[in-house]
Amino acid sequence: MAEPTIPIIEIRNVTKTFQLQGQTIHALKDASLSIRKGEFVTLIGASGCGKSTLLRIIAGFEKPSEGEALMWGKPISEPEPQRGMVFQDYALFPWLSVRDNIAFGPTSRGVPKVQARDTVERFVDMVGLGRFADAYPHQLSGGMRQRVAIARVLANDAEVVLMDEPFGALDAMTRERLQEELLDIWARTNLTVVFVTHAIEEAIFLADRVVVMTPGPGRIESDNPMLLARPRDIASPEFNDIRRALSGKLHSHHGKKAA
Amino acid sequence: MALADTPQQRLADMPAPSSWLARLTPLGLALIVPGLLLIFWHVATARRWTRLIPTPYETAEYMVDFVFGGIYNDAFSATAHIHLLASMSRVYGGFGLAMLAALPLGLLIGRIPLARLTLDPFFQLMRPIPVTAWLPLSMILFGLGARSAFALVFLGAFFPILLNTIFGVKNVDPKLFEAASMLGCKGNAQFFRVVLPAALPSIFTGLRLGLGLAWFVIVVGEMTGVPQGLGAVIMDGRTLSRTELVICGMIIIGVAGFISDRIVVAIGNRLLRWSPNHHG
Ligand SMILES: Nc1ncnc2c1ncn2[C@@H]1O[C@H](COP(=O)(O)OP(=O)(O)OP(=O)(O)O)[C@@H](O)[C@H]1O
Ligand SMILES: [Mg+2]
Repeated sequence: MAEPTIPIIEIRNVTKTFQLQGQTIHALKDASLSIRKGEFVTLIGASGCGKSTLLRIIAGFEKPSEGEALMWGKPISEPEPQRGMVFQDYALFPWLSVRDNIAFGPTSRGVPKVQARDTVERFVDMVGLGRFADAYPHQLSGGMRQRVAIARVLANDAEVVLMDEPFGALDAMTRERLQEELLDIWARTNLTVVFVTHAIEEAIFLADRVVVMTPGPGRIESDNPMLLARPRDIASPEFNDIRRALSGKLHSHHGKKAA
Repeated sequence: MALADTPQQRLADMPAPSSWLARLTPLGLALIVPGLLLIFWHVATARRWTRLIPTPYETAEYMVDFVFGGIYNDAFSATAHIHLLASMSRVYGGFGLAMLAALPLGLLIGRIPLARLTLDPFFQLMRPIPVTAWLPLSMILFGLGARSAFALVFLGAFFPILLNTIFGVKNVDPKLFEAASMLGCKGNAQFFRVVLPAALPSIFTGLRLGLGLAWFVIVVGEMTGVPQGLGAVIMDGRTLSRTELVICGMIIIGVAGFISDRIVVAIGNRLLRWSPNHHG
């Protein structure tokens, strides 16, 4: 905020290779991306194009093979509470209740008990799980578990929320509700969201910018600002136009490969 | 608790008129096989298909005498508690010692690659040796007596606890470590906040198996010239051709082992309420 020119997240010419059975896999090749504070960015692309890899590099779970990943201009060297991750399969602690899962971050960081309790209650309510605060993860539906996962990173003061196909395993109705709730939380807070998805509609519905990636090797194909006014209507002709344009970009690499 | 607020759950929790019946049914079903066995035993002995085994009634009488005395007043009258206590002290002593040794070792082997490379092959080699095969060696090392029985119980309980602890610690979902570190819980702090609770179901399985095996081994252990203990009673009964004493000893071991297993299961259910595989 103080210095609007510095992006909160910056990826500079990042290449990531993996060794798999003697072969070198280019999960990501020369990717550059910068994200400003408060932006909602979605990453979309075919399977294997490096979306998760890019997200995991931002989180600090993986290191770039070449290039650098920065947060507020400083290299990202390890996972930190400022960058909270929401996994597709929730990764909740099964032995902790909803409340204790949300309290895990604050208590790990040594936040005073009383203060942590207030924070936890606030986020339990924010995601509408008040009645289930004492339930264990296995007693919850998938949508409820993902709400806990979101509350867990928000309660830990995350500035950037990284989401890897968070709603991919949910039914359509639950997914739509969670998309709206997420937008609602995002609008009310100063969060920056990086959201990976397979679904074009989801990417357009949520994002300020849709980043299209293509596989083999994983590259950033294009960065598309979404200028549609919110709330967006999936059935509108404008929405449909954007969908068609993005769909073309998504599938463009097939043609290149064949050539 | 929170879940009980949903209307469906409330309905299910309501005491239905036939709920006592529903509760008695499993008990009734569980008693069918023992009941049939008892009837068979009775018929077989009453019709004198065999004279080697006393009737259920005679055995029950011996059992009363063994526990309370006042019927036969021989050397074994009213001594059941002495033998039971002797066996229990060895079972729980050996089990406790095995737990003290196996838990830290298991955590170490499961967590630290160097410890795994050094110790795991050794334990994998020792594991297939049946506990009973240790009997002669333990008699040579510890002599005839209680210490030998104790050592066997220790060995019997040690391996299930060790192996299940290693398994539990090694099989923590890697995502949970990532989740913990992104929430600010790193390094050694993860051991107590992630590894230990995640491994708990497995550790509990090991403890339960270990305690079961301890009861299993105690009889063998006490057959080596121990004056007191249920294994000794069974051995004495055999030497003196007092089959009823053998059967009484067996029944007491069965019941004591069963009760101790129930206690462990109850503790487990309480501690592992969160686990979908351990229904409380
Ligand atoms: N730890 C790893 N070891 C080896 N190869 C890996 C590893 N992680 C990712 N890869 C490879 O890198 C490439 C990109 O993987 P990544 O998971 O980032 O793709 P993705 O876009 O998230 O795919 P999906 O949509 O299926 O989740 C794939 O070819 C994958 O096999
Ligand atoms: Mg992925």
